Formats: sequence, C-alpha cells, structure tokens
Amino acid sequence: MTFSPELEARFEKFLAKYPADRKRSAVIPMLIYAQDEVGAITDELVQEVAKRTGATPLQVTEVVGFYSMLHRKPQGKYHVQVCTNISCLLVGGAELWEQACHKLGIGHKETTKDGRISIEEVECMGACSWAPAVQVNYDFYHDVTPEQFDKLIDGLAAGKKPEEIAEVKKVSC
Amino acid sequence: MLYNQPDPLEVKVLSRRFTLPNSQSIETYLANDGYKALEKALGLTQEQIIDEVKASGLRGRGGAGFPTGLKWSFVPRQSPKPKYIMVNADESEPGTCKDRLLIEYDPHQLIEGVIIAGLAVGAQQGYVYIRGEYRYLIDVMDRAIDEAYAKGILGDNVMGRGVKFHLATHSGAGAYECGEESALLESFEGKRGNPRIRPPFPAVAGCYQSPTILNNVETFCAVPPIFLHGGAYFAGLGTPKNGGTRLFCLSGHINKPGVYELPMGFNLMRMIKEVGGGMRGGKKLKAVIPGGSSCPVLKADECDIAMDFDSVAAAKSMLGSGGVVVMDEDTCMVNAALRIMKFYAHESCGWCIPCREGTTWLKKLLTRFHEGMGQRSDIVLIGDLSKNMLGRTFCPLGDAAAMPTIAFVEKFQDEFEAHLDGRPCPFEKSSRLVAV
Repeated sequence: MTFSPELEARFEKFLAKYPADRKRSAVIPMLIYAQDEVGAITDELVQEVAKRTGATPLQVTEVVGFYSMLHRKPQGKYHVQVCTNISCLLVGGAELWEQACHKLGIGHKETTKDGRISIEEVECMGACSWAPAVQVNYDFYHDVTPEQFDKLIDGLAAGKKPEEIAEVKKVSC
Repeated sequence: MLYNQPDPLEVKVLSRRFTLPNSQSIETYLANDGYKALEKALGLTQEQIIDEVKASGLRGRGGAGFPTGLKWSFVPRQSPKPKYIMVNADESEPGTCKDRLLIEYDPHQLIEGVIIAGLAVGAQQGYVYIRGEYRYLIDVMDRAIDEAYAKGILGDNVMGRGVKFHLATHSGAGAYECGEESALLESFEGKRGNPRIRPPFPAVAGCYQSPTILNNVETFCAVPPIFLHGGAYFAGLGTPKNGGTRLFCLSGHINKPGVYELPMGFNLMRMIKEVGGGMRGGKKLKAVIPGGSSCPVLKADECDIAMDFDSVAAAKSMLGSGGVVVMDEDTCMVNAALRIMKFYAHESCGWCIPCREGTTWLKKLLTRFHEGMGQRSDIVLIGDLSKNMLGRTFCPLGDAAAMPTIAFVEKFQDEFEAHLDGRPCPFEKSSRLVAV
C-alpha cells in the first residue's frame, strides 16, 4: 500500500518513538492518521499496519473495533460531531443535535447523499466550560448558538469550507 | 485568545503564563522562569526530589487524589528494567476541560514537570498520551518537544548535565476508558483499552511491564512551581494535606463558565456565586456535580463546602477531576442521570460483566423512567443494581457509573416519583431526550 510522502514521513517518526521490540505501540497512531488520508480503515490498511508494526492483522482488527474514532466506512468530507453530554446538554447541546438531524435528514453516524456531511452524537470532547461544543473534523467550535449552527450546516451543505463561513470561528489554533 | 476572562479571585500558579503573548513558545517560557526548576532539580538527589514533592502536598489531579510524592516513591528505582514517565492527557471526564488549556498555553511547563519526574526515578523516556480528539494539541506538543530538543533541554545530555531524557507524543483514538491508568497503558501498547488487574500497579509494572510514573497533565504541570518556590510554598497555597491550587472547570447554568485556577479548599458556593458570576437568568441552584460526571451529585444545601479532596469526600462526593457542573431549578435530574448513564454504557469497555451489563441495564431503566413508563419498584431496582456494581470491576468505571446514580436516586427521589405512572417529564421543555 502506498501513502503520501508526508504520511510516510509521519509513520517513520512514529515507529522511531518506541523501543525496537515494541513497534506495536504505533498501531493506533498509524491507524488514525492513515484513516484521515485513506478515508476509512480498509482491510488493506489493516494488513499494512500489521506488517509495519509486527502485529497480526487480527490484533489490528481488534483495535479498530474498540476505538470510537476509528471507522471502517468513509465519513462525509466534513464530519460534524455534536456533544450532548452533561455540560453541553444543560445549555442546548441536545437541541443542536436534533437540529443537525432534522436539517440534514440523516441520523447518528450517517452521511448525506452527496458525501459532504456526516454527523455523529459524541461523548464529552473536553469543552465543557464553553458548551455547547461542536467539532468539525478536528476543529473545535465553542458556545455554538442554534443560529450559528444553522449557518454552519447550510454553508457546508452549499459547498463552502468551514473557514469560509463567517458566522462561525474555529477556536483551536 | 483566552477562552474565558481571568477572575480576580484566581491564584495563578500553573496558569500564570496563559495570558502572555506567544505563551506556547520556548522563548516566552525561558523568559518567565522556564526550566529554572529543572536546573534546581538537576542538583538534587532522587530522594530529595521525591521528598520535595511529598512536602508540597500535591495530590493527583486526574481524579483519585493520590499523593504524588508517595506514588513516585513506589517506583523500584534499583530495578534493572528501564523506567518510563507517562502523561495522561486523555482528558475525557465529562465536565473537565483543563488539561487542554495547560497544553495549549504552556506546553513547556508540562515538559519540565515530566523531566523532573524522570530525574526522580531515573527514567530516560517519557510519553504524552493525548486523546485523539485533541489533534491540534498533539501538534502544539510536538512543536514544543522539538523546541526543547533544539535547546538541549531534551535529549542525550539534558541541559549539558549528562542526563538522558527523551519525550514523545502518542495519539489515542477515542475511548474514555483509556483515561484509566492501566487501560491507558494497554492502549499505549497498541491494544484494546481494557484495564489490567492491579496490583501490580504501574509504579512496579506499567509501560511495557516496566516501572512507570503515570500522572495527569495538571499533576506534572504542578511540579515546576514546586521546585521553583519550594514544596512548602505550594503546600501553603491549599489546605492541610491538599497542597496547591486547582484548575476548576465551571460549566452548566452559570453566568461565567470557564476554567479558573483557585486555591485548594475554595468554597464551592463562593465559586458559583463570585467566580462563576451566579446562576444564569437569576434561577435557583438545584444541584452541583463537584468533580466530573463520576462524582455523586450535591444538592444545593450541600454546596457550602471547601473544595479539597478531604472536604468533598466528607460530603460523600469526590473532588475528582475538578469539573464543576452546575444545574438550576429547571433541570430534570432523571434526564441528567440518564445522560450520564448513557455515557458510561457507551464507554464501558466490556471487560467486566457487572459494568458492561450493569450500565446498559441502568440506561434502559432510566430511559423507561424518563419516558414516563417507570414503575415504583424501579427506584429500588436502580439503587440495587448500582450497589451491586460497586467494587466488582477491574477498574473504577463501574464505580464511576454506580456512585452518581445512587446519589441521584437517593437525593432526588421525589423527581423520580414525579415521572411515575405515565406522567410526562415535568421538566420536558428543558430536558429533551437524546438518543445515543
């Protein structure tokens, strides 16, 4: 399996982090970064990560099934994650989640027909003091109002990139 | 950009550089006492380092509050095995969002604390396990680590003193369970995040079955101030046996939610009223979860307490990870209990049957209640089930799910009763049912 030169360089760095006989430690970091490039954890990717880390394909498969961020099917280009855990629930996170479902006509871990947006109701993402919080791919959005969320979903659905939607600003640097 | 405005009541020790321009950079760090604590520690013996940490009264900031110096002293320093330092940056306890800021604004403080821990036990390698969702923080941490290598602070010759210490980041991939120390180590080794039976504890058999110091981000970040100003200074900031300050994460129905660094033992009511700016919309306070979702809920009249480990324990709850979740009079306690249980049912790793089955069963019971189809006997059943999970699992996730549930049912039984006999939720407007 071939990857971009950037990902290959990253893999090389990952494998150098751990003792020579402990390369299996690189399994999860390799999977999650490769998933970003490949789009999902394919059987081929499982084999490749196993080969490079000295784990068996079964050991890698076991891991894929355990972690909530690893997925076997591709997500939308923009994966919108809405937290509804306690701190977000108290200040409107559940309503944002309903809004996303109704607006897009899809449910938990589903993707729009054009493949642009997928949505997921997620557990606490560590933004409790700035709730309700939403994450689009790896970018955080804090104190999201229903109006801002509307603009975000509309914008993404209309083909805009998140950074082109003036009403919302990501907070992570 | 800061996420919330600082408060004048704050005592800024760990967060004192947060407001500086370019606070992530090593230049800013060095210009503001950076790596001076390490320099001091390099002149101390291992015993002296551990004694200083003991004297500071520092207790683990991840949730359990175990004395840090004591934990470090359990590492068999004479063991021929390599020793490791592991940073738990898998912050995922609902209500908690402080480690994120410590890494985002001051990554070098963490690096310095980790190197000092390495000196204390003769470890030459450390890792920072960061939850997968915090991808941008992995980049922040990697940049800071590169800077430290470039300045000779990390590497084969730490600050030219002939000591070796290497540090690297490690990405998780979404699992609350991996915040538990033994599950984190399993996950780090490239496996499913199932907990290990303890003892042996990580201090003896941790990372790769070698002696390991494993602490929360905030715990390591408290180490440089301890060596800069002395353990006694740090201890003096808090209450007896509860040294230092704490980053409290205020969330929920208050006017000024945010992360505030306050002395250990700060009064909870004052925290809500003065630091948090009081209740939103002038509503009445109903309940507070004082330390993240695993901690038993406190009723409004139980909130006049000092926020340190021992005082909160005396109030039959826990200081936990410092996540203070404030709930007003319109909050449905059945829905709050349900949402928290859905979380634990989702995050139970499935390793121990009482937790795997118990959380799912409780989720079903609470859902039935909230939908108005509960039965009076369910109130007893919920309490019974929870009590049968306590202490019957490898890791504390089972307890973390059971303890708050017991408190919700015991303290708000009237609300559970109000949902009985097909009555709709009396708080329906403010408690939409969420489907996980």
